[in-house]
Amino acid sequence: MTTAQTRTHGINIGALNRDEKPQQIENFETCIKIEDLDLFYSGKQALHKVNMEMPRKKVTAYIGPSGCGKSTLLRCINRMNDLVDGVSIRGRILLDNEDIFDKSVNVAALRRRVGMVFQKPNPFPKTIYENVAYGLRIQGVNDRHILDEVVEKSLRGAALWDEVKNRLNENALGMSGGQQQRLVIARAIAIEPEVILLDEPASALDPISTLKIEELINELKDQYTIVIVTHNMQQAARVSDYTAFMYMGELIEFGETSELFTNPAKKQTEDYITGRYG
Amino acid sequence: MDNNKIKQHISRQFNEEMEEIRNKVLAMGGLVEQQVDLATKAFMSYDMESAETVVQQDQLVNELEKDIDHECTEIMARRQPAAFDLRMLIATIKIITDLERIGDEAARIARMTMRLEGSDYYQDKYYEIEHLLELVKDMLNGALDAYARTDVDEVVEITGQDAKVDREYTSITRQLITQMMENPRNITRALDMLWTARALERIGDHSCNVCEHVIYMVKGKDVRHVSREELEQTVKTGR
Repeated sequence: MTTAQTRTHGINIGALNRDEKPQQIENFETCIKIEDLDLFYSGKQALHKVNMEMPRKKVTAYIGPSGCGKSTLLRCINRMNDLVDGVSIRGRILLDNEDIFDKSVNVAALRRRVGMVFQKPNPFPKTIYENVAYGLRIQGVNDRHILDEVVEKSLRGAALWDEVKNRLNENALGMSGGQQQRLVIARAIAIEPEVILLDEPASALDPISTLKIEELINELKDQYTIVIVTHNMQQAARVSDYTAFMYMGELIEFGETSELFTNPAKKQTEDYITGRYG
Repeated sequence: MDNNKIKQHISRQFNEEMEEIRNKVLAMGGLVEQQVDLATKAFMSYDMESAETVVQQDQLVNELEKDIDHECTEIMARRQPAAFDLRMLIATIKIITDLERIGDEAARIARMTMRLEGSDYYQDKYYEIEHLLELVKDMLNGALDAYARTDVDEVVEITGQDAKVDREYTSITRQLITQMMENPRNITRALDMLWTARALERIGDHSCNVCEHVIYMVKGKDVRHVSREELEQTVKTGR
C-alpha cells in the first residue's frame, strides 16, 4: 500500500492533502460547448451571448427564476427549438467538437445522441414493453431477442425492472407518475444516447418518487452526460456536479455545485439561492 | 460588506429568525464579557459576591448555548439555507462554543476566588493582570462587534493582539516564578494568580477563534490553521 492509499479510521489521508485538486476539476472533459449563443423568439431576445462548457459524464444543473432562459437553452442542445415558430439562433453549440447547427447535421440522428425527458411524463398509450422498445423499432430493429435484452437492460438502468417485470404487457398509462417518469427515462436510454436532457423531471412527482429519480440520475451519470433544469434549488444542490445560474437570458455564474451553493462569486447568484431581493 | 444582509430575504419570517439568532449570540457575548470582567476583578479584590454572580451567570450562558444551537439546527432543517445564510449558521454554532468556553474560564476564576474566602488578604497589585484583562476584553469585544456588523475590516488587528497577550502572559509567569523563589509563603497566591493569567490567555485564544469564524462567515474562506499572511490576504481580497 502506498502512502497515498494509507487509510486511518476509514479516512483516506492522501485525499486530505491540500495541494491535491478536487477530482471534479481534473476530470473535466468537455462534452458540450456553447459559444456566443443568442436566441430570439420573433425578434425578442431570450438568450444573450451564452458561453459555457459542460463536462462529460457529469451532471450539470441550470437554475434561475422563471423566464430566465434555462429551458430555452436546454432545448437548444437537441434543437427542439427548431420546432418553435419565429425562433432564430446565432452562435454555436458543439457536441464532441461538431456544430449541431451545421447544415450537414441530421436532426433525427442528433436527437438519438441527445435524449430528452420532460416535466410531465409522456409515455405512449402502449404497453410498458413497447414504450421502451419504440426507439429501436423505428430504427428497424425487430429481433425479439435483441428487443427483450434492451428492454430489460433499459428498465434496469432506470431502476424500474423489479417493479414492472411481471407486467410488461400492461398499458404504461396505468403506472404511477413516478414510474411513468422512470419509464420515459428507460425509453430515452434504450437507444443509448450520449447526453440526457432533463427538463424539470421531478417537479410533478411526490417526494419519494423525486428521490428515486435523483438516485437514478446519480447512477446514470457513470454512463451519460446529464443536463438538468430545475426550479428546486435543493435538488440542483443534491444531484449536480456543476451548476449554472441564469438570469434574464444571461449566464451569470457557472461552477462547481459545492462552491456555488456555499460561496457563490456573484451577488445575483447569492441573492437568488438565499431567497433575497435581487 | 452589506451590514443588513440578514434582513433582505423575501421571507420576512426568515429575516426575523436570523435576526433573533444574531441578537441572542450578542446577548450571550455581552454576558460572557461581563463574566470575564467581573471574575477577574473579584479575584483581585477578594469580592465573593461578584464571584458568585459569575458562577450563577454561567448557567445562563450554558442555556443560551443550547438554545441558539437548537434554533440554528431548526433553521437548517426547515429552510435549507445556502451561501451566506448557511455560513452564518455554521459560524454561529462554532462561535457560541467558543463563547461558552470563555464563560467556563471566567467561572473557573470565580470559583477559585470563592475558595479564598477567609484567607489572608494579600495587598498585591498586579497591574499586569489588569493589563491582560483589558487586552482580552478588547479582543472579545472586537470579535463580537465584527460578528454583529458582518464586517472583517478590523479583525486582523484583533487577532494580532493575541501575540501581545502571549507576551504579557509569559512575563507574568516569569515574575510569579521569581516571587515564589523569593518567599515560599507567596506560592499559594502566586499559583492562583498564574491560573487566572492562564484563563485570560485562553480567553484571548477563544476570541481569535471567534474572529476566524466571522471571516468564514463573511468571506467564505476557512482561515483556521493558516499563516498570519494568508489570513490577512483573505481578509483583504476574499469575496
